[in-house]
Amino acid sequence: MSTHTKQTEWQEQELAASLNRFPERKEEFTFHGEVEVPRLALPENIDDEYLEHIGFPGKYPYTRGVQPTMYRGRLWTMRQYAGFSTAAESNKRYRYLLEQGTTGLSVAFDLPTQIGYDSDDAMALGEVGKVGVAIDTLADMEALFADIPLDKISTSMTINSPAIVLLAMYIVVAEKQGVPADKLRGTIQNDVLKEYVARGTYIFPPKPSLGLITDIFQWCSSNMPLFNTISISGYHIREAGSTAAQEVAFTLANGITYVQTAIDAGLETDHFAKRLAFFFNASSNLLEEIAKFRAARRLWARIMKNRFEAKNPASMMMRFHAQTAGSSLAATQIDNNIVRVTIQALAAVFGGTQSLHTNSRDEALSLPTEDSVRTALRTQQIIAHESGVADTVDPFAGSYYIEQLTDAIELAAEELIAKIEGAGGVVACIENGFIKRQIEQASYDYQKEIESGDRVIVGVNAFQIDKEEKPELLRVNPAVEEAQVSSLRDVRAERNNQEVEATLVSLKEAAESGDNLMEPIIAAVRSYASLGEICSVLRQIFGEYRD
Amino acid sequence: MTTEQSPYRVLIGKPGLDGHDRGAKFIARALRDEGFEVIYTGIRRTAAEIAATAIQEDVDVVGLSSLSGAHLRLFPEVVQELKNRGGADIPVLGGGVIPDEDIELLLKKGMNAIFTSGTPAATIIQSFTTASQQHRDHDAQK
Amino acid sequence: MTPKSDTLLAGLKNQDPRAIGRAISAVENNSHEAVALLSALDRDRIHHVLVLGITGPPGAGKSTLTSSLIRTLRHQKKRVGIIAVDPSSPISGGAILGDRIRMMDHALDPDVVVRSMATRGRLGGLCASAGATVRIMAASGCEVVLIETVGVGQSEMDIVRLADITLMVLAPGFGDDIQAMKAGLLEVADFLVVNKSDTQGAEALCMDMEQIFSAKEEKSGIKRVLQTVATENSGVEELLDSVHSFSLYITDNGIKEKRRDQALNAETLDWVIEMLRPQLIQALEKTPGKNDPRLRAEQLIKTLKLQ
Repeated sequence: MSTHTKQTEWQEQELAASLNRFPERKEEFTFHGEVEVPRLALPENIDDEYLEHIGFPGKYPYTRGVQPTMYRGRLWTMRQYAGFSTAAESNKRYRYLLEQGTTGLSVAFDLPTQIGYDSDDAMALGEVGKVGVAIDTLADMEALFADIPLDKISTSMTINSPAIVLLAMYIVVAEKQGVPADKLRGTIQNDVLKEYVARGTYIFPPKPSLGLITDIFQWCSSNMPLFNTISISGYHIREAGSTAAQEVAFTLANGITYVQTAIDAGLETDHFAKRLAFFFNASSNLLEEIAKFRAARRLWARIMKNRFEAKNPASMMMRFHAQTAGSSLAATQIDNNIVRVTIQALAAVFGGTQSLHTNSRDEALSLPTEDSVRTALRTQQIIAHESGVADTVDPFAGSYYIEQLTDAIELAAEELIAKIEGAGGVVACIENGFIKRQIEQASYDYQKEIESGDRVIVGVNAFQIDKEEKPELLRVNPAVEEAQVSSLRDVRAERNNQEVEATLVSLKEAAESGDNLMEPIIAAVRSYASLGEICSVLRQIFGEYRD
Repeated sequence: MTTEQSPYRVLIGKPGLDGHDRGAKFIARALRDEGFEVIYTGIRRTAAEIAATAIQEDVDVVGLSSLSGAHLRLFPEVVQELKNRGGADIPVLGGGVIPDEDIELLLKKGMNAIFTSGTPAATIIQSFTTASQQHRDHDAQK
Repeated sequence: MTPKSDTLLAGLKNQDPRAIGRAISAVENNSHEAVALLSALDRDRIHHVLVLGITGPPGAGKSTLTSSLIRTLRHQKKRVGIIAVDPSSPISGGAILGDRIRMMDHALDPDVVVRSMATRGRLGGLCASAGATVRIMAASGCEVVLIETVGVGQSEMDIVRLADITLMVLAPGFGDDIQAMKAGLLEVADFLVVNKSDTQGAEALCMDMEQIFSAKEEKSGIKRVLQTVATENSGVEELLDSVHSFSLYITDNGIKEKRRDQALNAETLDWVIEMLRPQLIQALEKTPGKNDPRLRAEQLIKTLKLQ
């Protein structure tokens, strides 16, 4: 096949279709001096080897990206994870970010919320509002999105075990704004499998948790077609200390499990698979990370096509969000972190991410201040508008180094996935500790390198300084917990408690019968039943996971 | 490292809801490499559970890790629970995401030492060793 | 290094957790208080205690099963002691005592007494300290003591000597390991527990095991291959019932008595070696080292002036 034929095919099909949907950001992309920036650099000969391994952006196996025009068409979403203390405070921060040019909201919840405890629960003491916003009832959700039109923005919610409850709340808030569920855009993380091995906010054991996830897939595929129902995450696995290949392997293995679970529950692959999204780490080794993203994309496409026999191209496209590596941030000479984040953000952009969060320079010390967050956002904006990297697609394609590395990571990940499958699958490997042990060993090795000085971390084990100025840090007001508990009490007093009881009883019955729990939970949430009350019912029926 | 004396016993625990155990696990292994017998109690433990376990296992020292900002409430709670159970003599060390200005307060509330992120493991291990030895010496004098 | 033995003894009688912990440390470290303490323990208590050994390869769910057993025993209002054994690093001498993490549900239950114990590369094996710990736990009122150990090997055999009854825990998917262990299985285990019995391969594993244990089953009339799903607490009560029946059986026919005697002998021998160790090492340094080791050993023994 000649170069021209395959290229023409792509131009006339995928590229044309994309340009029809939306044009590129500019009429022309040029360097200073009127020289045109190539949309897509290609080799002299487009042979079968090239087509099979590298291919065209927006076309299987998607190595070069999931959209034909990538950032020439639309920049990645600049989505800064935020949220702390009360819903009202977080609402302020969201409106600030929207003003500063953020294009999507990302909600951080506090630990009690993530683990299904109300703010007045004994387990919540001292933790309310600390790492994110406290949401107890629909009232908090309403305050969180006050004056934010849910039909105009997309919202990503980092919530896993109780995701079904928070999603229900989001739907009802939108309803009250007059926005129907089928117009809502966003993502819920909803990836419980990684919680057991890397993040720790699990509630129920794996089997019933997978049941809740399928309930969400099922309900949303019919009622909320624009919403991503899961963000299969490797970020936390990497943060826990895994290697790049392990990050890809464990994430995709989890993805395989979710797809299989959904199929076993009677869903059709092409019906839900296009709404699966991923979430990766953007770590410090720039070139390794670029290769990693490309390898992950290609491997997932192959898995969806060959193993799950997906027919719709959208089912094979790995769309992902990336976050720069939190664990790489230093607590000393914190301005250096801005440099780290810049390199990591570049890695994600070269890697073709659909949306990106950049960490703030002070995050190894505390939640970020407004100034720090603004700098983090500016980092993305400078990359987008000043560096030129967004004006062409996958510029590293064809680099001997990058292609070799992409192949190597894909192979290593494939082997690890096969090992997990051979050992009975992800759930079995969670229960027997295999995945955890792999991560722990990698983490240990890495840390030893730092402790011995083999791996240099600037400002931490080399190039330290003696005296440092103390930066201004954000402090969460301890009165927040009191305020939250008090407003929860008010809600409980003002709501119709009989109605709440009734919805909880219905929920219990539905859970015992194995019904889809989305509707019963929406009903409970609408009556202002609290997160803790709902999760309590489920805890009784599903049990609790203990490590 | 212990020579003729028996190995030091240490409990490493994560109080509260924070699930990030990478640091705690690394310190546990590093302590083991230094000859400690390490009892790791995992994540999501209450102060009472940590204290009761420390007493039951007759440890020489307790290490706590917290990255979620709840250390001001959780660490002193462990110290108090140990006191309640007759273990006021057991030193408690803590580490994680802890701003400098909280250190003094924590030390005042009975913590033996606090490590902020980036502290070299060697420093941390040394503190555990010193605290354990002091505990043993104190015991021998009784 | 530890408070006086009287205080400890009084504490044991009061079931004070600190006293129990310190008493066990005393015998583990073979400190001054150990002798006085051990000789003053109420020796009758041990007759009423059931010592259960739990062993098996890692990954079979041993720790989870142990936690389940504890839960069920607590429902039956029994005070339970657990010795959880993990290997010490031969290089650093340290250990990660990781079984405790599965038992944290019981951390606040005063009638669950847990001790995490490292093998410490003792010359004499585990029997000395573990055996003494069983008696300390018994003196503090424990009615059942579980000894849980990891993997296959030396510590495995030690447990068998100490326990009245031994459970070996397996799970489906351990095919090759089981083949290798077959010879030793009959010797070591009184019961074979197939955990994760709700997973594929459980039936086949049970059938394999039943063949191996058929002779024992016939003789005692008690089923020896049992199924559990420890994570769901299922099969655990039945397991304990069988254990109880077996306990009566071996008491009646004198086997339990024999095992106890063997345990005491094993422990005594271990103590001898443990107590002689400093002397032996000293003697080794004094005996010239260039000869054949066996020759050297003969010379060393002569210097000890035994007999």
